[in-house]
Amino acid sequence: MIALLRRDMAVATRAGGGFGLGLAFFLVMVVLVPLSVGPDTGVLSRIAPGILWLGALLACLLSLDRIFALDFEDGSLDLLATAPLPLEGAVAIKALAHWLTTGLPLTLMAPLLGVLLNLPVPGYGWLLVSLALGTPALSVIGAFGAALTVGLRRGGLLLSLLVLPLYVPTLIFGAEVARRGAEGMPVATPLALLAGISLGCAALIPFAAAAALRVNLR
Amino acid sequence: MPELGKYAVEVASAYVVSLALLGGLVWLSLRQGARVRAELRAVEARRNRSDG
Amino acid sequence: MQRNTGAPISRVMSLWEYANPKKFMQVSGAVLPWVGGLAAACLAIGLSWGFFFTPDDFRQGSTVKIIYIHVPAALMGINAWLMMLVTSLIWLVRRHHVSALAAKAAAPVGLVMTVIALATGAIWGQPMWGTWWAWDPRLTSFLILGLFYLGYIALWSAIDNPDTAADLTAVLCLVGSVFALLSRYAVLFWNQGLHQGASLTVTQDNPISDVFYWPLVTSISGFVLLFLTLVLIRTRTEIRRRRLQALLNRERRT
Repeated sequence: MIALLRRDMAVATRAGGGFGLGLAFFLVMVVLVPLSVGPDTGVLSRIAPGILWLGALLACLLSLDRIFALDFEDGSLDLLATAPLPLEGAVAIKALAHWLTTGLPLTLMAPLLGVLLNLPVPGYGWLLVSLALGTPALSVIGAFGAALTVGLRRGGLLLSLLVLPLYVPTLIFGAEVARRGAEGMPVATPLALLAGISLGCAALIPFAAAAALRVNLR
Repeated sequence: MPELGKYAVEVASAYVVSLALLGGLVWLSLRQGARVRAELRAVEARRNRSDG
Repeated sequence: MQRNTGAPISRVMSLWEYANPKKFMQVSGAVLPWVGGLAAACLAIGLSWGFFFTPDDFRQGSTVKIIYIHVPAALMGINAWLMMLVTSLIWLVRRHHVSALAAKAAAPVGLVMTVIALATGAIWGQPMWGTWWAWDPRLTSFLILGLFYLGYIALWSAIDNPDTAADLTAVLCLVGSVFALLSRYAVLFWNQGLHQGASLTVTQDNPISDVFYWPLVTSISGFVLLFLTLVLIRTRTEIRRRRLQALLNRERRT
């Protein structure tokens, strides 16, 4: 299991693995927001938590097809399916690797970008917490989408169309935590719901993703 | 025509849009159905000719 | 299946006979004109009754007439997805192709119902909210449901192998159902209290008077029958399409 994790992370972080791509996209998107919405810092600070959440979510989306595609192409996914490690476990590990190489860096970078968007001071901590809790759900749900579309050649856009509606609950509660935190309001409810969604997804989604992979590997 | 009063535009457009969408769906379903039925008939005729 | 008791096979078992494509085509072909005719009748009666022969609401004016389309369409938008969920489960468990194809057939119908619900909902709200669109929790939930329909339909078209497509879309339908439900509550949380007064609750909250009730019920029946008619037509088309594909493949091979 650890070997699989280490291997996936190595693949993701080596040159050509697209490691920095998500972070770069996040940065570009945040820069584009004031250019499209106007430089009024009042407006920006109000929308900052939501925009940062959205940016992290979209940047996460970019590297999803990579979760299974490379292994599918060179046949190692077949090996994983027949290995002693249950496929559900392999999916979970791959989602974890995706989170460590995409979700987590995005989470850590978000406060820096918050500066660009005039994020209110109390918002920084809650932004970090909500992203830290929510991005794992994004990775797992994304893995499910990737499993559905792994056999397709131009599956990228379809992957986004499938995954983005699934992201809605996580986005709503995550952005709500960040927004309420920035305004100094209590965050207990959305925080608990966000945590619940992440845990539920981490526990159950790998089964659906593994089922989809088995279908595609037939 | 009933007295739609000041909401005439809204009510009328709601009905028109909905009936247009439903009509379009029915028409499309019937057309696709007819096309596939014709294609299937053609292929089966070919098969019967070559088998028989 | 052997039954030694000699007792008649239960009615539940006999329902599965229709999962046989040939039997399904026979029965649906016989039933279709009746269902279609009844659907047309209920729709015509319900909608013209509601449109021409009901009074205006004292608060909402003539816009209340929109309920005869909005409520049935919204109900069908949701029920279509539930039907897809059930048929997807049946496909996954019992591998009846008719079931998988019925789900595929129902999706565009559900999508159109959802779009109609959205359009009529938005138009209905316009006089009250002063805008052509508002992020009311109900409307937003239907918008998200529409996106789920789009994804489901897109996945069917993207995959070549029909059995693979049936399996993957079935899993998507299952997972999507959970998230659609989660989204419903998330959206309520996201926009509580903002449009409570103007939210379009007609059948639940307000005890609706008989004058509105009966045309509404007729209209709902019409929409349900229309859904049934369209799903039967489209499933028959899908079954034929599957057979066509199989024959063409065989031709190509020889």
